[in-house]
Amino acid sequence: MKILQANNFDLLLNILKENEYEIIGPTIQNGAIVYDKIESSRDFPIGYTDKQTPATYRIEKSNNDAFFHFVVGPQSWKRYLYPPVQKLFTAFLNGNAIKFEKEEFLPIKYAFIGVRSCEIQAIEIQDKVFFGGEFQNNRYKTLRKNSLIIAVNCSKAESNCFCTSMESGPEVKSGYDLVLTEIIYDKEHYFLINSGSQKGDEILSQMNLLEADENALKLGKDVIEKTKSQITKHLNISNLKELLLKNIESSIWEDVAKRCLSCGNCTMVCPTCFCMTVEDYTDLQKTKAERIQKWDSCFTLEYSYIHGGSVRVSVGSRYRQWLTHKLASWHEQFGTSGCVGCGRCITWCPVGIDITEEASKIRKISEYQNISLEEN
Amino acid sequence: MVKSKKPKLAVWKFASCDGCQLSLLDCEDELLDVAEIVEIANFPEASREVKPGPYDISLVEGSITTPHDAERIHKIRRQSKILITIGACATAGGIQALRNFKDVREFINLVYANPKFISTLQNSTPISHHVYVDYELRGCPINKYQLLEVLNAFINNRKPNIPNTSVCIECKRKGITCVMVSEGKVCLGPVTHSGCNALCPSYNRGCFGCYGPKEASNTSSLANQFESMGLGNYDIVRTFRGFNAYSDAFRKESEAYEK
Repeated sequence: MKILQANNFDLLLNILKENEYEIIGPTIQNGAIVYDKIESSRDFPIGYTDKQTPATYRIEKSNNDAFFHFVVGPQSWKRYLYPPVQKLFTAFLNGNAIKFEKEEFLPIKYAFIGVRSCEIQAIEIQDKVFFGGEFQNNRYKTLRKNSLIIAVNCSKAESNCFCTSMESGPEVKSGYDLVLTEIIYDKEHYFLINSGSQKGDEILSQMNLLEADENALKLGKDVIEKTKSQITKHLNISNLKELLLKNIESSIWEDVAKRCLSCGNCTMVCPTCFCMTVEDYTDLQKTKAERIQKWDSCFTLEYSYIHGGSVRVSVGSRYRQWLTHKLASWHEQFGTSGCVGCGRCITWCPVGIDITEEASKIRKISEYQNISLEEN
Repeated sequence: MVKSKKPKLAVWKFASCDGCQLSLLDCEDELLDVAEIVEIANFPEASREVKPGPYDISLVEGSITTPHDAERIHKIRRQSKILITIGACATAGGIQALRNFKDVREFINLVYANPKFISTLQNSTPISHHVYVDYELRGCPINKYQLLEVLNAFINNRKPNIPNTSVCIECKRKGITCVMVSEGKVCLGPVTHSGCNALCPSYNRGCFGCYGPKEASNTSSLANQFESMGLGNYDIVRTFRGFNAYSDAFRKESEAYEK
């Protein structure tokens, strides 16, 4: 474990640039902390923090000059690894023959800086989706393999965070190349920095930093413990899969449909949601066609359209599809939960529907039914 | 029959501002391509030369507001193989449908020196209330790229890529931060049909609902949220009474808050 002084943070950025990384990290845009290009340490939301409750998000001045004293915002890293709109190929008509031209992509080397523990888990889930099986998404895989993950241990939690329930945080334990812990204590401001991979070692070895002493290590542990203690939202996941799949016909789904807007915001902000649609475009001369891939959502009517009509017409059935996929059938499909407890779907739902509350309603109803069955 | 005869296109106007049909002329770069593929047979806004029907595609702009127009739309339908309504007036009655919530005779007496010369209907209604409509293109005004896409799809005999999802889907794909959640702005995006590529949120404003309700538009839940954000009944009525005030979902919601 080494120490990087806050006023020397540009050293890290410069070394990343020297190693031909394109640096993406948190920065303030239009009243939110989003992930975008970072040129210098001044681009970070220094001295700002966020406040989140269901359906509200605000940034405000904090009482220190921390770089990372906030939690996750409206975007996730999937925007870079799995862009929202991508052209897949172009087809040209030449006489009677059709020629296909695959869309090439730039194999950019991204350095993602400020990746949270829950976000690493989300990226690893998408890894399984995109190249864990027989069919591989080459573009995602290339960008992912090229990327450098510089994680940060959360120095605070917000009211929608529930990573402790999903065993995804707040402490960064694996899946990183470098990990930072920001320490502000007694007029000192520095980062504990540690490597978790060979790529991380290479960057760290170019920085020539001092070893952290025991006191610094203890302060680092305190940061994580403090954050853990701030987490107030919980989701009981024991038997959750079985409970949900047993309650497919519950009236809960129609109840949530009264509030759900089927706008799809929860799926767009979710760091693990991966659904997409393809649209084919033609030119007016009938000589060229293009296939464009776009992020899609299971909350749209067209998403479940098959011959004869849409399978999920009612909004209740769409919400049920999303929640039961995330928390139940995802396990069967990918061997893991599809939820990492980041809380984005709760914050960015325009009417503040809370996945933990809806899931616990199912648990309560089923417990009540079990009791009444026993009584009878 | 002559092979590969160009389809004949007609553009019709009812009660409207002409903005939507102008978006066809606004396709400057693509207009010549369009003219090569279709025969623009009847488009008084662009050319005096009017060729007789029948027409393969009719684009209809505007709402029905007079007894005369209520007759005329039937004649157009009879001459058109495919009838596509364009814009909020044709698909929902337009901004002029605000009169549907009041007594139109009072307006006439107030506005016109000689009200007896005015022949008008109480309600401004969408074309679909009068004749069968093959396809609706939403918006106030329509998006010219969507218009091109519909014509293109028709010419290439494929389904147009005009998703009926919420504005939020386009907004999030673009990477725009939600103005409702992050700033508490009133935004109709979650209940509004996509197509504008999240124009207003891209300029840090809430959605005005120009494209009308999306499918399964849960206006009552969104209105509840507006209430908890501090909006009063009057403001909620005003929010839903825009260019698509007379669309079913928006009309019912505004009426619920008017009581």
